Amino acid sequence: MEIPRHWRLKKQRYGLVGEVCPHCDAKIFPPRDVCPHCGGEAKTAFNFSGRGEVYSYTVMHDAPAGFDQNTPYAVALVKLEEGPVVTAQLTDLGEEQPRIGMPVEMVTRKIREDANERGMLIYGYKFRPVLR
Amino acid sequence: MRDVVIAGIGQIPVGEHWDLSLRTMAARAMLAAIKDGGGMKPQAMYIGNFLSPVLSHQENLGALLTDNAGLTGIEAFTVEAAGASGGAALRVGVNAVASGFIDCALVLGVEKITDMVGSEVEAAVAQSSDYDYEAMTGLSSAGQAALLMQRYLYEYNPPREAFGEFALIAHANGANNPNAFFRKAISREAYASAGMVSDPVNMFDMGPYADGAAAVLLTARDTAPKDLPHPLVRVSGSSVVIDTLALHDRPNPLAFDAACQSVERACSQAGIMPGDVDLFEVCDAFSIYALLSLEAAGLARHGEGWKMAVNGELSINGKLPILTMGGCKARGNPLGAVGVYQAVEAVQQLRGQAGRNQVKDARRALIQSLGGPASTAAAHILERLD
Repeated sequence: MEIPRHWRLKKQRYGLVGEVCPHCDAKIFPPRDVCPHCGGEAKTAFNFSGRGEVYSYTVMHDAPAGFDQNTPYAVALVKLEEGPVVTAQLTDLGEEQPRIGMPVEMVTRKIREDANERGMLIYGYKFRPVLR
Repeated sequence: MRDVVIAGIGQIPVGEHWDLSLRTMAARAMLAAIKDGGGMKPQAMYIGNFLSPVLSHQENLGALLTDNAGLTGIEAFTVEAAGASGGAALRVGVNAVASGFIDCALVLGVEKITDMVGSEVEAAVAQSSDYDYEAMTGLSSAGQAALLMQRYLYEYNPPREAFGEFALIAHANGANNPNAFFRKAISREAYASAGMVSDPVNMFDMGPYADGAAAVLLTARDTAPKDLPHPLVRVSGSSVVIDTLALHDRPNPLAFDAACQSVERACSQAGIMPGDVDLFEVCDAFSIYALLSLEAAGLARHGEGWKMAVNGELSINGKLPILTMGGCKARGNPLGAVGVYQAVEAVQQLRGQAGRNQVKDARRALIQSLGGPASTAAAHILERLD
């Protein structure tokens, strides 16, 4: 079930809330306890814009349990415009093929149903091609 | 600091051992290594294992596996570093013997995969990534490799089929290894038509997860039995290095920094350069990992490692043979046991016991196992003593 675990991550999952380092101003996502750039303590919340571009991607055919009903699906490394890279599924691709450099934006989607009889739905960030 | 030597080796064939339990697989490798090492009784056992808590619902392997093999009373515990668990356990064993605290240590790598199948195994292996921020997106370990391979293709534009050379080398060598899972050479056509696992990683770009157990018996050079029928192999370099856990946190994911630094440190201890080894048991859990590891070790320029495979330099009779007993692709990938299989196979080469895959005049070997996409890298230098 891991309810506290999913609850604890709600700001990241729903709002892409990371951190800005109070010492060196680096933007950090996912949140960390120590800034990877300057070694200072990192704890100031920062809302990312959710805009970025695809750094790399894969199309999953053999998926881990919990995701195997959804194949094929695309997972990407998305470089956010503020700097950090985030791992996320691509969605709403339609006929478009994913490509490196593709401009994308964050949306909230169902990630999976937690694998148990209570059927908890887990929502979180995915990225879609920027709407023109 | 004492010189550490490998006095004994043991292994079971890698494969789908429906009829063998975790404990029996382990006992066979342990007892074989003790016998091969002249019957020395170990005072400690360090176990490389990644997934037994998930796939076998079994923890406390130190007690289970020593108890079952009649070694109750010694020091024993698990060392976990995902796919680098075996290499990390070897590192712990080397430290124990080198320090003088332990005179004789058994290092065991064991993994029981096939009690579960398919997507359950994929989900378990994905626990080597950042669960909250990678695995929760539906990314598997093959998916991580695919993200690297896609980016490599984009940045360096190598011929797509060049990746297949790593599978061809592995299978050509696995064909002659009685302990390999797949003992059959494959063709370029077979590679080209293989189904996708995680595009662009196809079925032949990935070593099959399978059951296995391997062990080495470590002791100090001056406490080793004098009457062994085979030469001793010295561990002259030993290193474990970590990188960021998640791929997305690396400034350059293709650099494989931990793979680079672990080779540098092990070679520095041995007083050699990476190019001074006669063979390299590289981690080919995925073909892109073997390629990036060659480049990280400084054996090829970034973007050009695939040329070594295409030019035949990495085959048994080439300049730097790799995967000499089949690697993860053909011997099979028993995850947390890989680092110990590599040690056993390198010792076979250095003793001159590698049969049709014997690397001529092999005196020095480099072995490296990786946890995740080189989030952890364990490297060792092994040298034959005369």
